[in-house]
Amino acid sequence: MIKVNQNYVDAAGKTLAEYLGTTSYDIKRIAVEINGQIVPKAEYAGTLLKDGDVVEVVSFVGGG
Amino acid sequence: MSIPSEDSMHAALVARHGEQNQKKISAATVAICGLGGIGSNVAVSLARAGIGRLILIDFDRVDVTNLHRQQYKAAQVGQLKTQALRDNLREIAPYVDICVHNVKLDADNAADYLSDADIVCEAFDNAECKAMLAECVLAQFKDKYLVACSGMAGFGSVNAITTRRISPRFYLSGDLKSDVNDGIGLVSSRVMLCAAHQAHTILRIIIGLTDV
Repeated sequence: MIKVNQNYVDAAGKTLAEYLGTTSYDIKRIAVEINGQIVPKAEYAGTLLKDGDVVEVVSFVGGG
Repeated sequence: MSIPSEDSMHAALVARHGEQNQKKISAATVAICGLGGIGSNVAVSLARAGIGRLILIDFDRVDVTNLHRQQYKAAQVGQLKTQALRDNLREIAPYVDICVHNVKLDADNAADYLSDADIVCEAFDNAECKAMLAECVLAQFKDKYLVACSGMAGFGSVNAITTRRISPRFYLSGDLKSDVNDGIGLVSSRVMLCAAHQAHTILRIIIGLTDV
């Protein structure tokens, strides 16, 4: 299991890109950290989610 | 027109913030990316607090639709935001060092303009630009803090605006959901509230209070 935004998710073994593909996140509007480290978008497809990873998906909305 | 001396303005800040805290604030450099409702209000707060140096970045001009929430004057419509805000800040806090860049930041050039900053304030209005800047700052600068915002449109509760520390160098203020693109207008008081969260978080980081 991995933890995404405080919730346990059965996504260990998937790449970050594969996991995000199962969600409704708009890739262009998010920033993702795994275990406190930012993951650039170019690395989503090559980043393997491991058991125990703590993932934060920050999804931005417009306005400022 | 005479204005107070630098020494007297500094002394007034020391009396309120404490000597050690003011020393840190006066030595800090903050880059503000986007000079709209968030960025212009953060800039005013930090300038009043006696920040050492502000790097102000925006490519846009003041528009009549900005005046209800942004720190510009009616007579400044049409001016570059960088220059108009610098002029206004100089009236408010004449001894703050202000550097302006009239440029549209993107993934390729952002690092060039942010390298001197201790802390980067993300104050864009566009969600994709916000995500781009977060990725850029956190990936390219391992020593900088990012204080970003998401969700402050509309007449929602003041108490829905919070600040979270996503990771040690990444803070996020806002209600995380009120999207201006959902047809919710930006309301001055709530935008200023979110800007105050960010400005205060920046000051706390500078004086060493990194929790939220």
